[in-house]
Amino acid sequence: MSKKNKAILPDPSELKEEILSKYPKKVAKKRAGSIVINDPEEHQVQQSNVRTIPGIITQRGCCYAGCKGVVLGPTRDIVNLTHGPIGCGFYSWLTRRNQTDAGADGTNFIPYCFSTDMQDSNIVFGGEKKLAQAIREAYEIFKPHAISIFSTCPVGLIGDDIHTVARTMKKELGINVFGFSCEGYKGVSQSAGHHIANNRIFTDVVGLDDSVRPGKYRINLLGEYNIGGDAFELENYFEEIGITLVSTFSGNSSILDFENSHMVDLNMVMCHRSINYIAEMMEKKYGVPWIKVNFIGAEATAKSLRKIAEYFEDDEMMAKVEKLIRREMQEVTDTLKDVKPRCEGKLAMMFVGGSRAHHYQELFTEIGMQTVSAGYEFAHRDDYEGRKVLGSIKVDADSRNIEELEVEKDEKLFRKDLPEKKAKLEAKGYKFSDYEGMMPDMDKNSLVIDDISHWESEKLIEYYKPAIFCAGIKEKYVIQKYGIPLKQLHSYDYGGPFAGFKGAVNFYKEIDRMVNTRIWKLIPPPWKDQPEIVAKFADAEY
Amino acid sequence: MTAIKRDKPYSSTRNACKLCTPLGACVAFKGVKGCLPLIHGSQGCATYIRRYMISHYREPVDIASSSFSEDAAIFGGNQLFNTGITNIREQYNPEVIAITSTCLSETIGEDIPRLIHEYRSIHAGEELPAFVNASTPSYSGTHLDGFHEAVLALVKTFGVEGPKEEILNLFPGFVSPEDLRYLKDVLEDFGIGYILLPDYSDSLDNPNWTEYTRIPEGGTSITEIARTARAKASIEFGSVFNRGNLPAKAETRKHTLTAGEYLEKKHFVKNYSMPFPMGIKATDRFFETLEEISGKPTPLRHKRERGRLVDAYVDAHKIVFGKRAIVYGEEDLIIGLVGFLDEIGMDNIMVVSGARSGLLEKKLEDATGKSPSGISVLDDGDFETLRETAEGMKPDIFIGSSKGYYITRKLDIPLIRVGFPIHDRFGAQRVMHLGYKGTQQLFDRIVNALMEYKQEKSNVGYKYM
Ligand code: SF4
Ligand code: SF4
Repeated sequence: MSKKNKAILPDPSELKEEILSKYPKKVAKKRAGSIVINDPEEHQVQQSNVRTIPGIITQRGCCYAGCKGVVLGPTRDIVNLTHGPIGCGFYSWLTRRNQTDAGADGTNFIPYCFSTDMQDSNIVFGGEKKLAQAIREAYEIFKPHAISIFSTCPVGLIGDDIHTVARTMKKELGINVFGFSCEGYKGVSQSAGHHIANNRIFTDVVGLDDSVRPGKYRINLLGEYNIGGDAFELENYFEEIGITLVSTFSGNSSILDFENSHMVDLNMVMCHRSINYIAEMMEKKYGVPWIKVNFIGAEATAKSLRKIAEYFEDDEMMAKVEKLIRREMQEVTDTLKDVKPRCEGKLAMMFVGGSRAHHYQELFTEIGMQTVSAGYEFAHRDDYEGRKVLGSIKVDADSRNIEELEVEKDEKLFRKDLPEKKAKLEAKGYKFSDYEGMMPDMDKNSLVIDDISHWESEKLIEYYKPAIFCAGIKEKYVIQKYGIPLKQLHSYDYGGPFAGFKGAVNFYKEIDRMVNTRIWKLIPPPWKDQPEIVAKFADAEY
Repeated sequence: MTAIKRDKPYSSTRNACKLCTPLGACVAFKGVKGCLPLIHGSQGCATYIRRYMISHYREPVDIASSSFSEDAAIFGGNQLFNTGITNIREQYNPEVIAITSTCLSETIGEDIPRLIHEYRSIHAGEELPAFVNASTPSYSGTHLDGFHEAVLALVKTFGVEGPKEEILNLFPGFVSPEDLRYLKDVLEDFGIGYILLPDYSDSLDNPNWTEYTRIPEGGTSITEIARTARAKASIEFGSVFNRGNLPAKAETRKHTLTAGEYLEKKHFVKNYSMPFPMGIKATDRFFETLEEISGKPTPLRHKRERGRLVDAYVDAHKIVFGKRAIVYGEEDLIIGLVGFLDEIGMDNIMVVSGARSGLLEKKLEDATGKSPSGISVLDDGDFETLRETAEGMKPDIFIGSSKGYYITRKLDIPLIRVGFPIHDRFGAQRVMHLGYKGTQQLFDRIVNALMEYKQEKSNVGYKYM
């Protein structure tokens, strides 16, 4: 990311003190480790993936939300069945904006929300029978290729064994039935659910179809959820440069593709947090290496495409990549010429997800806006500090409960050629299995905050008076009451796509509209009489 | 009236037509001044519920959670409860902390009154907020049960006996902020002193703020709630309330009371219970009751509103008469709607609710004053059963929440969005349902939707209708 044209940020120590002073002592001590004043030159520890403190209003959801909502939700041809009382299923019904292209046969179960809708009697006497019956019903209605079961909090407590039910039904119906023990109280956030989803998909789905798909090169795209059509955008690029995209985990995806996803030459990881587990396990079992890519930001997209072509060491592909970049960059440059003068020097902050808060900084940099503070909702230390810290992360009680699978080499399908290729490229400096995290990319004195609370956002806004705040719908109307626009990076405010070159253009225009609209002048910000510490400071640089 | 027979009784719920209990309780608690709700359970429930309320009201909705861990799920969450309360106090300094349970905390049998008691004794001598709690396991009932449990808990906890006052309690049920504002106007026009509970007309539909307010302004204060026990009378809208005939709760449900009934029994506050004032007949009943209580005639403004509504009924009768409607959602809202639709000649109606009080049919009969043959009822229903049944019925219009949209899209007919949740249209907070005025707005919307449909489908392209 280019560092030029950026203001030197003031030291926010005072702000940090002020934030912490409002918390009871013990809480303040806990939160202190999650709020880090960044220094990209130094390695600092960012406390993360620790339990949210009760009573503090968090952005985080639960394990079930991460498993059902995020990872499995976007797949169109698995019937997802929530085992539990009605709310959990209802609230996760079409609430994420992943799009899907149901293709020729039109199979798409995403609009359906099946639930066992447990009643008192199920809580008292157990819900396994009802669950089995619900699976039969789902089968009868749709004759699907697979059915999956998601446990919610009460299920774990009353001791329903969903895995036994799944096995029995698999035998009875002759289709794939598998369950996820993703009770909401597990782990500390959605993140636990991602891991549980990765594990079960890997053991029960990946590897069921060993056929070789046509095409010279085959890849998977991991951690891209097709919000607002992002994945559609990228699918076009791969096709153009002559790559067969076997499977996306899990935007615009089909279980048939998951089953075949081990038969590829390379895995590309977009969202490192939610899906690195499958990438790692596939490498161990099948020898498929993975690289980190990022298609958010025009420059980042170009870089990622080149990186793929370099991996395949194919000049023809590289030529196609260059041609694609040249063509697409035209619109990008034109738009920037128009938009950048109006946005330059403005401040942004973003608190979202497990990788978006990092990726989207690219787009802001491209229009000359500076990210003064950022953080994730449910990331781990490696997403902040880079994978180099992986060995040194302490495993606490909450993470210990999430199973780490023991994966062994598949002697028959292991691709011996790929590790060799990897070694050769690595010798030339090509980076595999590598993610350096968010912090090295952020400016000195920017504030990195994990699992930000309402109270903390308020203080940040007062201090930095940013031109835009990025988060999700839960934060949107709070932040906008301050007269600051909030861009949703979960649902994209029903816009998008924002990935790739076209996505970048969409995003520039969207941010331009948001930060420069006249409406905000109607809302006197609460600090109208106070000096603008940071914004002034930044302006002075231009 | 006929109950719809299902070809196949499903044991799964396919696209539910109900939400979970703590959500309803949180909506009600948002209508209490200076109140911050805490959901005692895992944080996911609070996050989902906030998300849902926010996408409907488009306002900040702060709800705390005690963020259960796996240990707490097994050994109990009192430690987390205490930390949660202390943190809420430090950050929000609320006047009231309202606690709802979840499926999880109910399953492990958390005793919230005891937790509150313990917290109070640990922090004796400190200035504490008031506490109130509602038991809201979602495996029993729907969001409406939660809503009414919360209102009942409020009057039970805070109502204080005393010399009678010349005031009226109004328990409006789960209606929109605009409805609440309207009701206040009506009572003010009558010159009646009143306590409206809950009152989220401001807190869930805030104007822009010049100063950031951590807990939004507005709501019924606990001093006001205290006075509900001394009021002259109560009016409550609804006829089903939280009286589900839920199997495991059957015993306790027999004794279930609404807030109005409780005050009548305990504090001798005369209770007037009536269906939602929707349509002329039901609204007349509301205004007549106000006349009776206040001893004053209906103010001219409302008489004229009534007159205009009757006039509109006449003018647009040909558009709505005989049209077939599907009405779905909360039982009490449906009952109000059906009363109104029946009045305007849309007497071929299928009603669907995800609730299963077992009272729906009977209460519909009461509301329409007959047993109309054109009305079919699907109790304990869901959207997939609705869809399967609807296809044979050839409906002209749907009336209900945003959740029915996927069916109307398929059937290519209009959907009038009312109730909760409305997340695919703007201004859900300002949708009106009640009174002559609310009925007028609903009526206009229905008429226009039918006209627009006809206009668009016509190959001539009418310019006058
Ligand atoms: S567990 Fe119960 S309270 Fe929580 S979201 Fe699910 S249904 Fe609602
Ligand atoms: S009950 Fe558990 S699984 Fe369901 S929403 Fe709440 S935290 Fe998540």
